[in-house]
Amino acid sequence: MSSQGPLQTASAVYVYEAPLRLWHWINAAAIVVLMITGYLIGNPPWPLQIGQPSNHYLMGDIRFLHFTAAYIFTIGLLFRVYWAFAGNTYARELFIVPIWKKAWWQGLWHEIRWYLFIDRKPRKYIGHNPLAQSAMFGLFVVGAVFQIITGFALYGEGTGYGSWQYNLFTSWVIPLFGNSQNVHTWHHLGMWYLVIFVIAHVYIAIREDIMSQQSMVGTMVSGWRYFRDGKS
Amino acid sequence: MPETETFYGVLRAQGVTRRSFLKFCSLTAAALGLGPDYVGQIAYAMETKPRIPVLWMHGLECTCCSESFIRSGHPLAKDVILKMISLDYDDTLMASAGYQAEAILDEIPKKYPGEYILAVEGNPPLNEDGMYCIVGGKPFVEKLKSVAANAKAVIAWGACASWGCVQAAHPNPTAATPIDKVITDKPIIKVPGCPPIAEVMTGVITYMLTFGRIPDLDGRGRPLMFYSQRIHDKCYRRPHFDAGEYVESWDDQGAREGYCLYKMGCKGPTTYNACSTVRWNGGVSFPIQSGHGCIGCSEEGFWDNGPFYSRLSDVHGFGIEANADKIGGVAAGVVGAGVAVHAGVSAVMRARNKSHKGDASGSDQSTEKDKGHKGDQQ
Repeated sequence: MSSQGPLQTASAVYVYEAPLRLWHWINAAAIVVLMITGYLIGNPPWPLQIGQPSNHYLMGDIRFLHFTAAYIFTIGLLFRVYWAFAGNTYARELFIVPIWKKAWWQGLWHEIRWYLFIDRKPRKYIGHNPLAQSAMFGLFVVGAVFQIITGFALYGEGTGYGSWQYNLFTSWVIPLFGNSQNVHTWHHLGMWYLVIFVIAHVYIAIREDIMSQQSMVGTMVSGWRYFRDGKS
Repeated sequence: MPETETFYGVLRAQGVTRRSFLKFCSLTAAALGLGPDYVGQIAYAMETKPRIPVLWMHGLECTCCSESFIRSGHPLAKDVILKMISLDYDDTLMASAGYQAEAILDEIPKKYPGEYILAVEGNPPLNEDGMYCIVGGKPFVEKLKSVAANAKAVIAWGACASWGCVQAAHPNPTAATPIDKVITDKPIIKVPGCPPIAEVMTGVITYMLTFGRIPDLDGRGRPLMFYSQRIHDKCYRRPHFDAGEYVESWDDQGAREGYCLYKMGCKGPTTYNACSTVRWNGGVSFPIQSGHGCIGCSEEGFWDNGPFYSRLSDVHGFGIEANADKIGGVAAGVVGAGVAVHAGVSAVMRARNKSHKGDASGSDQSTEKDKGHKGDQQ
């Protein structure tokens, strides 16, 4: 494990390095917490509570969890950008989609046909296939950045005028959307955008694990990608 | 109006004692949230500075800003308009009418160029060359531009002048336009609200008279001293919000206990205004205190952010009663159903392939079983 360059054996490639795998699972946990707490903040479902407010802090705790998870999510994504520079070549696939390469477009077309059951034979990819890469960027990266920007804009309203969150985000995001209520609406829509990403991501990862030429779910645990044909 | 007429001079001429004058200065300082040190500054300003000429114009509006203004308690509106400023034109308050009144709009900008303040209530409609709002025989937008040309500063009273308000709500047939889109070369102080709080209105004027400059504004042109926080931030029902204690319907126990109106659509969390601190009618109450949620009247486009009685706004373009969570839920449901169908088809195809393999009929799909003997396909 100490050699330079991609580690490789006869039937497997070391694709995802440990920091990237750790980020993936922390990020996944943060997203789950953010979605659940975010939904509860917008739609508090519990019935009427009676009692002195000093005895309860339910919404306060939920919001605390939301903000904490949001910081973990944001710092995680910043780390992930850093890791795109520091990590191996597969660490860059999330951010750099090679739309200028003809082979990439051909690959994309093939993957669409594969998912529409037209092509019966899956291709072999060490990293992401072109369709997966577009979805990762278009759904996850775009959605995450949008949620971070709108989320911090809303958070900056609470931290107040002059806070760094206000100066960096609130000061321009709210005028851009017209008012705070619109930012809330879009932040809700952004959450559903990421829900759609999660559904598609989990389904396709499992399906590919079963039906494609290479390992998927296990790769994000161990880092090693195995190939059905036993050749890497 | 003599050039050197001051607030103090007018007061003394009316028989007000110096003691009463200083009391007034203290009250005004307190109303502006200033420390005792500022009493002297206010007194000095009132003694030495000439009364500011103010022209108060009305465009497309309902006069609720004026109605609010005349109810100011600290300082009293009568003190502001009769003593602190020289309100030279206000077609709803002035005694003169007709040509006599309209002549003032030509006279003041010539007499005091760069010294008078233009206060605008309402906004100009731009469609049909402004024909939807005619004042004194001319489109309001033309008058507004000509009077603004020599003004020192412009005050945008209310949601109409600041954001557009109801006449600019979708689909805005008259193209009613907030004044900062029409007057672009003057400092504009936005005092939004439908109407703004009376003490906020008089407070802004008193500040400008006292310090001879416009108050500090936020990025959107609103005075920070009144609009830097949301109603939610200083709401006396905020502990119920944090506790998760919400009114569920208008007549439930929570409503009687004074719980948070969040689930009833209160827009306090998204509305910048001073209602929860300054309150209304001389500090008597404000909407949330009287049991009804905030409708967000000082926010841009608040008429289009309805309904007033639900937490989430309707999203237009998806039919009636669609909000972000309903649309998102349906989209996620569709994707989920798509995934389920796709998974089902995948499973069937795979099973069929496998059974074909069993018949040795051949298929080009690589599956786990055939990886040993159908290896090098790539």
